Amino acid sequence: MRLAGKGQIDRSRPVKFRFDGVEYEGLKGDTLASALLANDIRMVARSFKYHRPRGIMTAGSEEPNALVTLGLGPAQDPNVRATTVELFEGMMARPQNCWPSLGLDLLSVNDLAAPFLGAGFYYKTFMWPKAAWEKVYEPFIRRAAGLGALSMEANTDRYEKAFAHCDLLVIGAGPAGLMAALAAGRAGADVILCDEDMRTGGRLNAERLEVGGQSGAAWAEAMTAELQAMPNVRVMTRTTVTGAYDQGTYGALERVASDVAMRPGAPRECFWRIVAKRAVLAAGALERPVAFANNDRPGVMMAGAVRAYVNRWRVSPGRSVAVFGNNDSAHRTAADLIAGGVHVSALIDSRAEARCDLDVPFYAGREVSAVHGGRSVEAISISSISGVEKIQADTLAVSGGWNPSVHLTCHMNGRPEWNERIAAFVPQEGAVPGMLTAGACRGDFSTRACLEGGLAAAREAMQDIGRAVPDIDLPRAEDSAYDIAPLWVVPGKGRAWLDFQNDVTVKDVKQAATENFQSVEHMKRYTTQGMAPDQGKNSNIGALAVLADATGRGIPETGTTTYRPPFVPVPIAAMGAGAQGKGFAPERFTTSHKASVARGAPMIEAGLWFRPSYFPQRGETHWRQSCDREVRMVREAVGVADVSTLGKIDIQGPDAGAFLDFVYTNMFSTLKVGRVRYGLMLREDGHVMDDGTTARLGENHYLMTTTTAAAGQVMRHLEFVHQALRPDLDVRFTSVTEQWAQFAVAGPKARDVLNGLLDTPLSDEAWPFMSCGAVSLAGVEGRLFRISFSGEHGYEIAVPSRYGDALFRALVSRAEGVGGGPYGMEALNVLRLEKGFITHAEIHGRVTAFDIGMERMVSAKKDCIGKTAAAREGLNGSEREQLVGLRPAGEVKMLVAGAHLFNAEAEAVRVNDQGYVTSVGYSPMLEANIGLGFLRNGRVRHGEVVRMVDHLNGVETLCEVCDPVQFDPEGGRMRG
Amino acid sequence: MVELKAKTPCEGLLPIEVGDLRLSEVEAGFVTSVAAFKDKDAALSKALQAAHGLEMPAPNRVSEAGDARAIWFGPRMALLMGVSADPSLAAHGALTDQSDAWAVVRLEGARAADVLARLTPIDLRPGAFGPGSTARTELQHMQASITHLSDGTYQIMVFRAFAETLVHDLKTAMQGVAARQG
Repeated sequence: MRLAGKGQIDRSRPVKFRFDGVEYEGLKGDTLASALLANDIRMVARSFKYHRPRGIMTAGSEEPNALVTLGLGPAQDPNVRATTVELFEGMMARPQNCWPSLGLDLLSVNDLAAPFLGAGFYYKTFMWPKAAWEKVYEPFIRRAAGLGALSMEANTDRYEKAFAHCDLLVIGAGPAGLMAALAAGRAGADVILCDEDMRTGGRLNAERLEVGGQSGAAWAEAMTAELQAMPNVRVMTRTTVTGAYDQGTYGALERVASDVAMRPGAPRECFWRIVAKRAVLAAGALERPVAFANNDRPGVMMAGAVRAYVNRWRVSPGRSVAVFGNNDSAHRTAADLIAGGVHVSALIDSRAEARCDLDVPFYAGREVSAVHGGRSVEAISISSISGVEKIQADTLAVSGGWNPSVHLTCHMNGRPEWNERIAAFVPQEGAVPGMLTAGACRGDFSTRACLEGGLAAAREAMQDIGRAVPDIDLPRAEDSAYDIAPLWVVPGKGRAWLDFQNDVTVKDVKQAATENFQSVEHMKRYTTQGMAPDQGKNSNIGALAVLADATGRGIPETGTTTYRPPFVPVPIAAMGAGAQGKGFAPERFTTSHKASVARGAPMIEAGLWFRPSYFPQRGETHWRQSCDREVRMVREAVGVADVSTLGKIDIQGPDAGAFLDFVYTNMFSTLKVGRVRYGLMLREDGHVMDDGTTARLGENHYLMTTTTAAAGQVMRHLEFVHQALRPDLDVRFTSVTEQWAQFAVAGPKARDVLNGLLDTPLSDEAWPFMSCGAVSLAGVEGRLFRISFSGEHGYEIAVPSRYGDALFRALVSRAEGVGGGPYGMEALNVLRLEKGFITHAEIHGRVTAFDIGMERMVSAKKDCIGKTAAAREGLNGSEREQLVGLRPAGEVKMLVAGAHLFNAEAEAVRVNDQGYVTSVGYSPMLEANIGLGFLRNGRVRHGEVVRMVDHLNGVETLCEVCDPVQFDPEGGRMRG
Repeated sequence: MVELKAKTPCEGLLPIEVGDLRLSEVEAGFVTSVAAFKDKDAALSKALQAAHGLEMPAPNRVSEAGDARAIWFGPRMALLMGVSADPSLAAHGALTDQSDAWAVVRLEGARAADVLARLTPIDLRPGAFGPGSTARTELQHMQASITHLSDGTYQIMVFRAFAETLVHDLKTAMQGVAARQG
């Protein structure tokens, strides 16, 4: 019911929305919750477990009941709290957890079965048969219980992440937060002020209290205007600080205003990582309920929330409201209702000594023992020693006191401390380094105390960072004392609810204690109290009070469960913002990418690089046809492949040679200028790290190549070795992977192809195998290396990357003129397999130089990284699995990478394992599948037939062990 | 005889404008990595001064003289841009041509820092990263060099092969910032 009066709504701007399929009208400034209450919608949800009708209970992010699903299809957003979502034109909200509808929910039969569904029910019941758990019980429970659902479609909304830095982060923009921000702002500090509400002011918006002679809300507005005018202050509304992390880092979720979020390219939410030198937590307090029979009926609300609806949104949740409490919050609510013209049918105060000067039926020293009504409150029972009195009311406002929002102070393992005076937990001092607390979150509940606390915290924070706060006069404000008589449970018949979101009752918690789940953490997990989106914001303290009573301990001894981030639910979409689709990983394209794609080459990802798999030609329907052709093409004519993805590291300095001698197993200081050498690099532990060729371009100038996969790792390794191990060596290095576009030109006609492009033709005498030097192509300075990964007469030619696209096209075009063309990764792999050249399929991190037959490359004349460790016992003998070639020798002509090797007669079980297959491919030259693998003592077993078994795919064959080099073992083609 | 046609890293991708934000490719010309040899830092800086009128930049700083600009690029290493590195420098440090290694773009607009704040964790406030500042840092998932050239104008560099992702990520962030502006 909407009341007359101003409030913080715009009556000139009606907003249409739909809830549960019905269209309603609210006002600009409404939340979905206030608009629903204005339309007299009492029941908004069904509960988690028993499907009981539930209504709006709070006016903030702690709301346990009014969770709705917004939007449709891919943009569907479940578990949105109606109390925090701003109403916007065309909003579509649906209730959750009901089937087929909110009014007629068939699963509400669970409520009748409640005696059987108490705490631990699932653990005790669904025990057998074991197989039924996954197939029957779990799917059923998951459907019956649970909250909102995802659409299972890819999200179409945009989410964002962002970083911010400040001197002071103020969390919460109530009176304490505003005052802290103002003081720090005037001190000249960079300030970020966050509040999860759509406007600043905190409780000032919900109360009729005056600050400095004006309404609290008007004061907050004026303060905010001053803050917004300061260039050093950033006011972030709709932003919930969700977690406190190491070194002054805070997570915050910003919900972008709906009118902004609808614009093209705009995010819906932004997840901020804020780094602050200091922080002031001014998060306020949350009102807690009291447990009594049927206290979950729609119409039972928190007293402070009722004030918020009445004062801020000018909405009365009912026409006849009873108010019940153990502190003055109840009185304040009754007074505000009366001021709003709403009938108050009773004010019940559990404190016997309480006085009341309001014109309402007043019951001191009495308690509400039960609520009557099915889908909504119809009446309440008030108990006393003399008996029970029944009073008509359609709404019951309840206050069990206030719990300071200590959550963020506990995110780094701090434990809150029990304060007897306010019967609540307060933050431990210094629980989060650099974070101070102010206002209600530390138990200072009066407005005046909040203002003072905000100012004091800001002063302390500014002093810490060396800034002075100018004198500030605090405005006049309410400064009443907080008087509370703890009340957790009112005894009586019927279920008294503690956790509304998880359907946990007083009886459940007592049951847990009886069954020896006496630790608060155990009770939580046994009853599920305090789980799900609200994380027990309403129920934690009440539940532990019940547990304390049931176990005969005090509340401080019982303690709280652990508060963990996030303070409110954060969509994974927001946390991982920017990582959807193309944002998931960077795409690294070679200069020949476009030309390769234009030729229809399917691309495969190698690390972040995209490389062509093969280049299909007309009539080829299977990749093997293309691959076989490309292999033959290289062996018989010439092929061109982009090898720019290999890491290239430019190494210079007087000690460059000595440095290379130290990181490679073999000698590079003796390499002649203009020559290239294959090098092997070990890790500290003696296992192979990487291999590649290194060219000596000048006396003090080398160019190292790495594999594509290990380019970053090798660069990092070199940096480490130089900075940490050998700072004495005068050497510098830098990556030039991206500076040069490099292409392999391989095959008997390779020289013909190049000679048409080079300004000076090549000759065998000037360019023997493993030579390198500068060349000129059409006036462009390039580099040529006579090296080969295919086993053919081959070169790699490099030009500055800007010419890469042009050179690739020119090379391919010339190659095609002599019966050649481009080749892809598949053919490249087969070519190297035929030659027994290794890749990271072989040097996978667990092999030594000995294993791959390169132990003689570990020079005896010098030390190198990994040399000592490689000499350890067990790394160099017949017990090692050694690199071998493999070819099928039985009926089945197939080899499978990853398959294991066994002796021919042995059973194929783990204990008989003799090795494994690392790489396989079909060799068109040998007209057979060939492979590389590791076999125990394999080098002396060439010629032996072993058994290959792929247990995963059920493939088995016999194969013959052979030399890894199966094609042109003398290497004449490459050298000639 | 063929002619090899040069292509820039961001060819066909830039410029773009979103709201009053603008992203364009910088044709950097000569780019040379200059890394001091052992105990040659002072000599290298002196040679740079003599040859190009600027010093080796301090960590996270830029030094400029006319068209020449030296950007701090790592420990005892700078990227000399805009001029061909004088051969005299080679006596004191390693010179490595990087003219083709980087995609270089310029982001301009009053809210350019807000765009970068969506991609990089560094502190971009004027006191920490005013004009003349530079950082090797991350930009979304990529390693980048970010330089504050003048108020509201930033130069961003990533490996050349990442040009498409660079433009994609910056464009997305620009749209998010521009949309908030209305």
